[in-house]
Amino acid sequence: MPARIVLQQADITRALTRISHEILESNRGPDNLVILGIPTRGVVLADRIGGLLREISGTLVPVGALDVTLYRDDLGRNPTRAPSPTQVPPGGIDGKTVVLVDDVLYSGRTIRAALDALGSIGRPSIVRLATLIDRGHRELPIRPDFVGKNLPSSQSERINVHLQEIDGDEYVSIEESGS
Amino acid sequence: MRHLLSTRDLSRDQAIAILDVAEDMADVADREVKKLPTLRGKTVVNLFFEDSTRTRISFEAAAKRLSADVINFSAKGSSVSKGESLKDTAQTLAAIGADAVVIRHGSSGAPLVLANAGWIEAAIVNAGDGTHEHPTQALLDAFTIRRRLHGPASRGHGLDGVTVTIVGDILHSRVARSNVWLLTTLGASVTLVAPATLLPIGVDEWPVAVLFDLDEALARQADVVMMLRIQSERMHAAFFPNAREYSRQWGLDDGRLDRLGPDSIVMHPGPMNRGLEISAGAADSPQSTVLEQVANGVSVRMAVLYLLLSGERTLS
Repeated sequence: MPARIVLQQADITRALTRISHEILESNRGPDNLVILGIPTRGVVLADRIGGLLREISGTLVPVGALDVTLYRDDLGRNPTRAPSPTQVPPGGIDGKTVVLVDDVLYSGRTIRAALDALGSIGRPSIVRLATLIDRGHRELPIRPDFVGKNLPSSQSERINVHLQEIDGDEYVSIEESGS
Repeated sequence: MRHLLSTRDLSRDQAIAILDVAEDMADVADREVKKLPTLRGKTVVNLFFEDSTRTRISFEAAAKRLSADVINFSAKGSSVSKGESLKDTAQTLAAIGADAVVIRHGSSGAPLVLANAGWIEAAIVNAGDGTHEHPTQALLDAFTIRRRLHGPASRGHGLDGVTVTIVGDILHSRVARSNVWLLTTLGASVTLVAPATLLPIGVDEWPVAVLFDLDEALARQADVVMMLRIQSERMHAAFFPNAREYSRQWGLDDGRLDRLGPDSIVMHPGPMNRGLEISAGAADSPQSTVLEQVANGVSVRMAVLYLLLSGERTLS
């Protein structure tokens, strides 16, 4: 089965804009927010959400990157991964409302690792989760607060997220893996 | 990467990958919690047949920062002094369940034997073998040079165009050998300076320039001057008339320090013989990276242990 496009560039932009509004709504404004993207594509999405929050609220919201590679529980089951840099905004995360941003939410194991990673750089007062795609099949009690699109999928399918900054084109597609 | 035995068989991409992971590990040192859960449940054995302060402590700190369990073994006070062979020691460690063995040995090639003999499945890290190699020292030196040059934007960079002068006891120095291979792989040009008696046979086949006069070498304003320790424990013949003469001709004293370029850095792998190969003034100057090298050593060794111990272990 060929890859089927489920989100075009404009859909992705609309989803991120809605997520940004929802973040401001649930936080009652831009104060105390920190947006942290999970590498690789979560960092790009976090940057865009940061830009949108600024456009909407007129306030600069700190944006950073949180690498979770060294906190994963599957390091012994997969080929060695190179970690990515973690960038904590200058104000730190202590007492802040941290919004984690990732591209696809699947088993929830990445987010578990992210929560551990957060714990070693500080103590946020609230942690929320934003994801562009929620494809289901959770293996841990983790649930997103802000979702771009719910995409029911079978575990044999693969979701591809392409973003302009990394891939040179932009869409979300779903395909049968191995095809 | 299965073992780290020498820098000679590292490709440029592999070397840069290790240094980049070390950058991520260095960030951990600035955190509130200086510990990662990455190697929880793994056992790292420090197998030291030769004395060492900083290398053993550094490997121990690196393993502990990654949450591995560390067993320290030094030949003194062990069954080795009762005549136990390397094979039996290795099999004992295998039975204990070591995942990585960091070995320092007086015989060149001991880590290679351990890696290939089939006595133990663990990842082997060479922490200095005889006069052969000391790969993690060279990696931390390259890391230190790269950080001084590029600061926080070091990731992905090699050492292209950097000029490095290595001075002193090249003959007995595994640090010099590892650095020659690694630094040239990364694109640096290396000059060795030593009395003719302290240069190994076959040095003309190395990818380096050789000079005998330190002042002539310093006049070329190298970016990096790396002083080596005079290894009196390995010197069983007269290689130079006496310490004072060596110091006058090949030591980095205060006068020579003044003649270095303002951005040149002075490196020493430690332990230093102050007043012999390096003066106290040079060792403690702002150009000296001696303590940075020690701090960076932990990050680099964390990177090496991470790369060797994470990922699927394929049984050979």
